[in-house]
Amino acid sequence: MIDKNLEFDLIIEPGRSEKNYWNDLWRYRELFGFLAWRDILVRYKQTVLGLAWSLIRPFLTMVVLTVIFGGIAKLPSDGVPYAIMVYAAMLPWQFFATSFTEASNSLISNSNMLTKIYFPRLIVPSSTVIVNLVDFLISFVILVGLMFWYNLLPTWNFFALPIFLILSVITALGAGYYVAALNVKYRDFRFIVPFIVQFGLYICPVAFSISNVSEKYRLLYFLNPMTGIIDGFRWSIIGHNYTFNIQGFMISFVMIIALFVLGLWYFRKMERQFADII
Amino acid sequence: MDVVIKVENVGKSYIIKHQGHSEYTALRDVIADNAKAMFRSAGNIVKRSPPKIINKKETFWALNQVNLTVNKGDRIGIIGRNGAGKSTLLKVLSRITEPTKGRISIKGRIASLLEVGTGFHPELTGRENIFLNGAILGMHRSEIKKKFDTIVDFSGVEKFLDTPVKRYSSGMYIRLAFAVAANLESDILVIDEVLAVGDAEFQKKCLGKMQDVSNKEGRTVLFVSHNMQAITNLCNQVALVRKGTIVQVDDTSKVIRSYLMEETSREGEVIWVNENRPGDSNIKLNAIRILDQSNQICNNYGSKSKIKVQIDFDLFTLDNALVIGFDITNEDGIILLRTYHNDNKPEDWPKFQLGQNSIYCEIPGELFNNGTYYICPKISLHRIKWILNGDPLLSFDVDLDHGVSPLWTSYDKVNRPGFLAMIIPWKIS
Repeated sequence: MIDKNLEFDLIIEPGRSEKNYWNDLWRYRELFGFLAWRDILVRYKQTVLGLAWSLIRPFLTMVVLTVIFGGIAKLPSDGVPYAIMVYAAMLPWQFFATSFTEASNSLISNSNMLTKIYFPRLIVPSSTVIVNLVDFLISFVILVGLMFWYNLLPTWNFFALPIFLILSVITALGAGYYVAALNVKYRDFRFIVPFIVQFGLYICPVAFSISNVSEKYRLLYFLNPMTGIIDGFRWSIIGHNYTFNIQGFMISFVMIIALFVLGLWYFRKMERQFADII
Repeated sequence: MDVVIKVENVGKSYIIKHQGHSEYTALRDVIADNAKAMFRSAGNIVKRSPPKIINKKETFWALNQVNLTVNKGDRIGIIGRNGAGKSTLLKVLSRITEPTKGRISIKGRIASLLEVGTGFHPELTGRENIFLNGAILGMHRSEIKKKFDTIVDFSGVEKFLDTPVKRYSSGMYIRLAFAVAANLESDILVIDEVLAVGDAEFQKKCLGKMQDVSNKEGRTVLFVSHNMQAITNLCNQVALVRKGTIVQVDDTSKVIRSYLMEETSREGEVIWVNENRPGDSNIKLNAIRILDQSNQICNNYGSKSKIKVQIDFDLFTLDNALVIGFDITNEDGIILLRTYHNDNKPEDWPKFQLGQNSIYCEIPGELFNNGTYYICPKISLHRIKWILNGDPLLSFDVDLDHGVSPLWTSYDKVNRPGFLAMIIPWKIS
């Protein structure tokens, strides 16, 4: 029986693709690269403004939020320029919001590939993150500009940024996997995602400082994975004047891992049916 | 013999839900249904009556007990009616969907081409799409680079390599897409109906390429098509799929003949009712029949007489793109002629109306030779989609009886070569 199988390179039977899944994922790594490359090409080709768009959008959002929350509502900013505080949070938030949205829709928008070609489906939502990383780097230029303008020197904390960036990738993927799989089955999730993102901007501490949340509930607030990430971003960028909430971060970290595991688990569970129901 | 594909008892089932909902599940429907079910069961508890189980789900076996052995270098054609399970079989072979039962063993690298240009992005240039599509089909970057010039050559679009493919004509698009796929390095090539598109010249080129692939390079080809001519040209064996299972595997012409014979009606008429009617939201077919001069349904003609083909259908929209016609093929599935209702000058086209329509055409007499012929209806929205794509439906026999020359002996009547037997006048010049 074993010898008989060795003769062949590939055996297809119920439940079989599960066993080869992680191997296949590695074998199809080039496809991951190509899909990411396609998204990057398309993103910067289609718009007239191209690259500039990735600068204008976060900049204007930052200006609006700063004027409304810092200027009009006069919320405290813990002694740093309000613009920098907002922008330090805008970076991970914008990245999360677009990655999550695009990952959620990725299966539907690539449905013809799903029904015509075999490959580990995890590649599709995962590859959408890359183009948003590029966007993130472009938007980062504005942060550098702001730091010059306000004469804020980076500290050693700055080197912790990649860690928090990786955490936002994991968060976006976790949520993205989950909703992408749901989207295949229940198409109304297409309409729910923009809602989540819209609410998220106000639920997450993007436009205001975490110190606005009363001490009593603050740790509870860190159940939102993005709270920990935004706190981390602000700490890395602003430096010594900023107090990092370690306890809160640990709570967020657990939530991030839980979200990722849940998303991945659900995606893998649903994956086998994708081609049949999409 | 070197077996490269072994399909053993493969089955694939789908669960069909008999609910009035649209194509996709919407969360709101699920919630509503569950709520209804909850109320129902709550009501039942109060009434102390056993809950009614309403089983709306039904298992449908798209494939069942499929067995097939393919040897190295074989070129196997797969034929069968629409919905017989050909595409599902290819999907299972290509690992797009898993079988529910059974096992498939494959030796060598398998590449499937179920659609030309999968993953082509309209905004990207031809060059970029070659790389993208190649990667999607499972080629490595180095492989694509190596084959790049061959691909471009084959496609004949080198002038437009740096133009976004959205500006390509549909012909160019297909040529480029096929060129990528045809240059895949694989031991087994699985192809679905891709030649249904593209112009005749390119189709020929593709068939030639596939023949090369299998003859010179010893690659194995599995080829699904409705085009019997293409199957005859390419394949050395044919598998006939009927109702989800392979019923016959044999020499090409044998299987094609039995497919045509067994899958068509010899009654001279096919009538459909209600939900069995072929069609879509624009048109539903009611009947197709062949009639003799006295308007009697008939499937046996003397070659002298005209043959009237009548098609009854209901129209729900008046779409100018609607094209109705049929092919007539011989016993080998070779198309002898094709006719469409709008082949003529526009003012001579039959005027359709909403609701019931019945149109007919008359095939002139003194045309066919002895033999059995098949009518394969082709209905489409021109260049948009197929509604009926030439599956053979009806057969009729012709006896040669229009010879007027004393030299047309009874021997000649039976053995005259050729598909057609028109009498062509000869003169002294």
